[in-house]
Amino acid sequence: MPAGLTLTRLAVVLAVIAAIVLPFFMPSWSTLLTLILAKGIVVLGIIVLLQAGQVSFGHAMFFGLGAYAVAFWGKYVGAGDLLLFLVIGPVLSTAAGLLVGLFVVRYREIFFGMLNLAFSMVLWSLLEKMFHYTNGADGIRVARPTLAGMEFTPEAFQYVLVYLTLALAIIASLGVQRYLESPLGHMLRAIKSNETRLEYLGVSARRVLLIGYVVSAFLGGLGGVLVAVAQQIATPEFAYWTKSGEFVFIAILGGAANAFGAFAGAAVFEFVRFFAAAKLANAWQLILGVVLIVIIMYAPSGLIGLLQRKPVAEVRP
Amino acid sequence: MDSTIAILATLDGLSYAALVFLVSVGLSLIFGVLRIVNVAHGSLYAYGAYAAATLSLAVTPISPWLTFPALLVASVVVGVVIGGLMERFLLRPVYGREEVLQLLITFAVFMIMDNLQRLIWGVQPIFAAEPVRLLPNITVMGVAYTSYQVILLPLLALLTLVGLRYFLRHTLSGAVILAVTEDREAATAIGIDARRVFLVTFMIGASLAALGGALASPTTSLVPGMGTDMIVLSFAVAATAGLGQIEGAAVTALLIGLARAFAIYIQPEFEVLVPYLIMVVVLLVRPLGLFGFSNVRKI
Repeated sequence: MPAGLTLTRLAVVLAVIAAIVLPFFMPSWSTLLTLILAKGIVVLGIIVLLQAGQVSFGHAMFFGLGAYAVAFWGKYVGAGDLLLFLVIGPVLSTAAGLLVGLFVVRYREIFFGMLNLAFSMVLWSLLEKMFHYTNGADGIRVARPTLAGMEFTPEAFQYVLVYLTLALAIIASLGVQRYLESPLGHMLRAIKSNETRLEYLGVSARRVLLIGYVVSAFLGGLGGVLVAVAQQIATPEFAYWTKSGEFVFIAILGGAANAFGAFAGAAVFEFVRFFAAAKLANAWQLILGVVLIVIIMYAPSGLIGLLQRKPVAEVRP
Repeated sequence: MDSTIAILATLDGLSYAALVFLVSVGLSLIFGVLRIVNVAHGSLYAYGAYAAATLSLAVTPISPWLTFPALLVASVVVGVVIGGLMERFLLRPVYGREEVLQLLITFAVFMIMDNLQRLIWGVQPIFAAEPVRLLPNITVMGVAYTSYQVILLPLLALLTLVGLRYFLRHTLSGAVILAVTEDREAATAIGIDARRVFLVTFMIGASLAALGGALASPTTSLVPGMGTDMIVLSFAVAATAGLGQIEGAAVTALLIGLARAFAIYIQPEFEVLVPYLIMVVVLLVRPLGLFGFSNVRKI
């Protein structure tokens, strides 16, 4: 086994232990930890698409759909259960992913990215302007749900949510890792390296990409539900293009080579934002921008790349 | 819908289309030559607007008429300085790297510029409407409108379109840019400095975005987030037209500008929706855009 891989495994194990232990010692960090894990789940979806060499600059639409599924339920149906939310959010985003996916998988690279952006901006403008149904830019408040019928105090619910999110994050990463190592995952990677050859093998590249796209939409919706419940609000901002950019940012920051990269990236992103916002309230975005430039210039395979020390292929025109 | 509203919507659409055209043609030009979608393009628009407003307010006490050259100076300074620095130090090192990395570099610049903008100019709205006030109002079929918006802006947009066309198709510098776009290797082999072409093209594109912002500054209040909305809109226009299509961008800007203006009067909720809806429909039918062709000249 290459040394880089064991190092990554060690880091994963340490991170999981830290995530289990941290809420006990620092309860105030549970919400931050929940957000990191939930965003990591969304970024897993971006990483799936990056395997095929495709960048979606509109994935916030699935994140937003998951969040608004919860918000609309609270607004129009009434009190809900977290388990129910974890079903309806992803179901909605997966259905939307299938529908949008049928169109966008016909395109590659910049056109793929652009069409995704266009679809997400349609959703954003509907959420922002359909004031009567969505409260516009103010968003919809999300009440604390029950879990399997049990009521929790706000303090207890924090723990419930963080551990539930951790469990889901672990399941999602194992699932994605497995998917990427399966023949289907290899075919997905073949779209990036040589799509024509893939077609010569008798495989429909569009169908392979569509499966990846639907998986990533599912993950987006799942993350959206968790963030909406953790922050107790859903706003149109969730579906705005800057949010999509943030997810791609986190994927590159963490490194797209391994599912764990999503969480490493999300952790660094949220910590930088959290501390920069506390110390330099007016400059957190600036600091994140500089971090991003440094990563791209000096560590283009992300934090995971630093652990694995894979030589980076330099392509010069 | 009565005719007054129809005329009003048409005039609104026309002046808006002129601004959107300037910004999106810059985006399109940069993509055509450098093959990079500049996410920070909207920030250049915002900086153009803020710089123009600052300069206008500074020169107004001397003579209000100085505000007109101020708009132009501000946009060129923003485009050349910020655009130049960005190309030279951030984009040049990543040419030939993965597309996603190039895109994210410009996204990082967007984050930085957006933040700096709040630090420099604050979050309070800024007004600098002097140029609009100086020019008389005119009446178009019974509807009074500022001539700044319905005459000057479309005129400048038209001038830019004609000028850019002339520059690219009938001057040596334009021919050099086209040569690099068509075949960089061959162009370099005959002694063309492709790096300089990229730098100059990026500066021109950035200046056009800043010019759009500078010309918009007298007609609206400047608020944070103005660039964030503009980038996707100019993106929608450039993509709908076909990336790299200059004349196409003009037609599409007009189409989207008018559609948006009519939406405001008929069904205001759809104002924001219309441009993206047009973009989705067009890209689904013609992925290369209304005017895009594969394998023809790129700009």
